[in-house]
Amino acid sequence: MNQISSDPILAPAEPATPAPAPKSSGTLGHIGWVLRENPVTGLAFAMFGVLIVSAIFGPSLVPYDPLATDAAATLQPPSAEHWFGTDNLGRDVFSRVIVATRLDLVISVAAVAISFVAGSLIGAIAGYRGGWVDTVSSRVLDTIMAFPLFVLAMGIVAALGNSIANIIYATAIINIPFYARLVRAEVNIRREAGFTLAAKLAGNSDTRVLSFHIFPNALPPMMVQVSLNLGWAILNAAGLSFIGLGVRPPTPEWGIMVAEGANYIVSGEWWMALFPGLWLMLAVFTFNLMGDGLRDIVDPRRRT
Amino acid sequence: MAGRGKAVLSRIAQAVPVIFGVIVISFILTRALPGDPAVQFAGAMATEESIEEVRVAMGLDKPLWEQFLIYLNDLLHGDLGESVSTGQPVIEELAKRLPASLELTLFALTLSCAVAIPLGVLAATRPGSWVDQLCRVLVTAGVSLPTFFTGILLIYVFYYLLGIAPSPLGRLDFIYLEPPHVTGFYLIDAALAGDWEVWWAALKQLILPGVTLALFTLAPIARMTRAAMLSALSADYIRTAKAAGLRPGKVLYGYAFRNALLPVVTTLGMVFSFALGANVLVEKVFAWPGIGSYAVEALVVSDYAAVQGFVLAMALLFVLLNLLIDLAYSVIDPRFGTAAR
Repeated sequence: MNQISSDPILAPAEPATPAPAPKSSGTLGHIGWVLRENPVTGLAFAMFGVLIVSAIFGPSLVPYDPLATDAAATLQPPSAEHWFGTDNLGRDVFSRVIVATRLDLVISVAAVAISFVAGSLIGAIAGYRGGWVDTVSSRVLDTIMAFPLFVLAMGIVAALGNSIANIIYATAIINIPFYARLVRAEVNIRREAGFTLAAKLAGNSDTRVLSFHIFPNALPPMMVQVSLNLGWAILNAAGLSFIGLGVRPPTPEWGIMVAEGANYIVSGEWWMALFPGLWLMLAVFTFNLMGDGLRDIVDPRRRT
Repeated sequence: MAGRGKAVLSRIAQAVPVIFGVIVISFILTRALPGDPAVQFAGAMATEESIEEVRVAMGLDKPLWEQFLIYLNDLLHGDLGESVSTGQPVIEELAKRLPASLELTLFALTLSCAVAIPLGVLAATRPGSWVDQLCRVLVTAGVSLPTFFTGILLIYVFYYLLGIAPSPLGRLDFIYLEPPHVTGFYLIDAALAGDWEVWWAALKQLILPGVTLALFTLAPIARMTRAAMLSALSADYIRTAKAAGLRPGKVLYGYAFRNALLPVVTTLGMVFSFALGANVLVEKVFAWPGIGSYAVEALVVSDYAAVQGFVLAMALLFVLLNLLIDLAYSVIDPRFGTAAR
C-alpha cells in the first residue's frame, strides 16, 4: 500500500519542467488544511495507527494468553485484573480482542488487495481495449452485482470450502466489480487524451502507455475506494465468521467472539459480546472516516 | 404512451440475460464443490455404490453442457434438489420460510424509509442545523455498525435490562397459535382473521429485528435523500418556481422533492442488496425462521443443495426487486421512455 499512497498524484501527466517544490508544498498545504478543517480525519489516522500497532505487536503486548482457559475465573465481569472480563472458559476477553486485530486486518487487507489488483487489470484492459472485451467483462461484472453480495459470499465459501483463505477469496470476488468499474471509467476517458497519443507517438507500447501513463490517474479515486472498502471487507468477513464460516472457534476473531457472546447476552453477561463488537465497529468507523478524509484530500469537489 | 410501453417492455427484456447469468453462476457454484460433488450430495454415510448412484442420478457422468441443460430443466420444474439434513425438497422449505424473511425485510425497509427520507429532506433544507448534524452522525455511524452487533445490543437493552421486549426467539411467542395461513405474513394473516391479540404479539416480535435491520439501511437512504435534495434545491427550475411566487411548500414538495425522489429510488436497489445480506445475520441473532436462518443451519451441516438453492432464490428475488424499482421509475418520472436515447 505504501508505494501507492506516496505516489505523486498528478505526476504522469505533469511535464517535468516546472519546479516541483511549489506544487508539492501546495499539496501538503492542502492536506494540512483538510486536517485542520476536519480534525476527525486526523483522529481517524491516529486510530488507524493504534490498529496497526495492535495488529503487529498485539500478541506480545497483551497480559494473558488469548487461548489459555481458567476454570476458576469464568464469566467474570470487567475488573482491574481482566479489563474486558472473562468468557465462559475463563479466557481474558481483552487479550482476545487485541490479538484478533491481526487476523481481521489480514483478512480484509488481503481481500481488498486481491480485488484491487484483479479489478484494476480487468477494468484497465476493458477500458483501454473497448469492443467485445469490454462488453464481456461488463456483463460478467453486472452478473456478480446482480447477487446480494453477502449472500454470494456465503455461496462462494460454501462451494469452495470452509476456510479462512476462502473467506478472503469470497470477499475479494464480491469487491472486484467496484474497482473494475472505477478503473474502466477512468481509463476510458483518457484513452484518446492528448498525453496518451503523445506517449504512443513517442513509441511506447500499449502495455507501457496503459500502466505508466493512464493507470496512475485512476489511483487517487482508487485510494478512497480502498479505504471505504477495507471497512466493508472487515464487516463482511466478521459477518461470515459470525454465522460459522471460515474462522474456527478457539481462534480469537471479532465476529466469532460476538457470536459466542450472543449466547450469554440473554442471561446478562454483556461484556463477552460488547467489547469485540465495539472493536469491530471502531475499526470500520476508522476506515470509513479515513475514506471520507482521503476523498477531501484527493478530490475536494466531491465533498458531501 | 407507446414510447413508455416500449421502454417498459425493453426493461423487462433486459432482465432475461441477467437471470441467465445468475443461473450460470449458481450452476458453477454447485459444481465447484470441494472434491467430488457426488460424494457431497450422497451424504456422510454413503457407500461406493450409493455415490455412484448419486453420480448417475445427478447426471455428473455427463459432459458439463449437458449437466447445465439438466440443471436448467430442473429449475424450470421448480426442482432445486433435496436437503440432505431434512430430506425435504429445497424449494418447498424455501417457499415455506420466504414469507417470514419478506415480512421482516419489508417491515424494516418501510421503517427506515419513513425515518430516513424526512430526515434527509430536513437536513437538506436546513444545512448546518442540528438536524443536519444528526443526519451526518447517523449516516457515518450507520454504515459502521455490524448488524449482528446492533441486534445483540438491542436484545440486551430491551429484553434483559428493560424487560419490555419479548424473548428474541422467532416470530411468535409459543403461547399464541399461528394465524390461519393466507399470505404467510403474520401481521396480514392475523388482521384478516380479526385476531388482534395475535397481531399485537407478532408485531412485538417483529419490532426488534425490524429496527436492527432498519438502522443498517437508514444510512444510505438518508445520505442519498440529503444529497439529491441539495442538488434539486440548487437547480434552475427551483429558482424559477420561487421567482414565479409559488408557495414554499409547493416548491419544496411539488418540485424539489419529486425530482429528488428519482436517485433515492435508485439507491433503494443497492439498499435491497445490503438488506437481503444483513437479513441472514439478523435472522440468526433473533432465531427468525426465515430463509436466511435456513441457509445458516444448512451451512453448519454442509447441506450444499440447500445453500445453493438459497443463493439462487435470493439472487432471483433481488433481480425481481430491481426490475420492480425500475418499473416504479416509469410511474414517478414522466420523462421515462420519451427521452432521446
